[in-house]
Amino acid sequence: MTASQYVFIESRDPFESPDTGFVADTAEALVARGRSVTVFLVQNGVLATRSGAARGAHLGRLAGAGVTVFADDFSLRERGIEAGELWGGVRPASIETLVDLIVRPDAKTVWH
Amino acid sequence: MADRTLTLAIMDAPYEAAASTTAFRIIAAALAKGIDVNVFAYEGAVSLTVKEQAPHANPVKGTSVEQEEHPTTKDLVAALLELGRSEPRLNWVNCGLCVDERGAGSWIDGVKRGGPANFLEMAVASTTTLVIPTK
Repeated sequence: MTASQYVFIESRDPFESPDTGFVADTAEALVARGRSVTVFLVQNGVLATRSGAARGAHLGRLAGAGVTVFADDFSLRERGIEAGELWGGVRPASIETLVDLIVRPDAKTVWH
Repeated sequence: MADRTLTLAIMDAPYEAAASTTAFRIIAAALAKGIDVNVFAYEGAVSLTVKEQAPHANPVKGTSVEQEEHPTTKDLVAALLELGRSEPRLNWVNCGLCVDERGAGSWIDGVKRGGPANFLEMAVASTTTLVIPTK
């Protein structure tokens, strides 16, 4: 088993792209196998982060399963989503945080 | 030379996708952290650096070119190249075949012509590689 750190960058709107479930399913499967996983939501990927959003229930589930879930602060501001509105377990983060995550030598990064 | 290098492959044409803005933000943040950055611009992304791009007025709002302050992607890339002029360094390579297909060979200073083999070399030599595909 490797010590890879997985970073999934989800840019797609879950209301428009049903395949966003692929990222959540893969993240959960990796965590279940003992891997470290971060999901970083960006662009329209943040549209489901509002607590109660119909397509966002999986975000709380991911965080509960041990996946680190970040939402790009710039994308949140552009869409008028405030930190206090987010699903539990979803944390705002800067683009600098994303850079720190992906430049680690053990990082495996996937853009979706 | 920085101890870490990030390579990005980007494909979206200018003025179409939010991913271009996100890529620019990632590049700027990495350079600010002292990380060398390689960019391989593929397919429509080779037009990001076309130097004839011009800002425009907004006739719907009745604003002038000056009032609109419309940012062009070639100016944004030029600013990134200035940030990455020495240490850390930004190395921007446009796919030559993609350029020829589009007649997009007139570009701003600091951009190089290359091909997928260059992307492979950059990826192998980098700490990490991020591919940002078109949707």
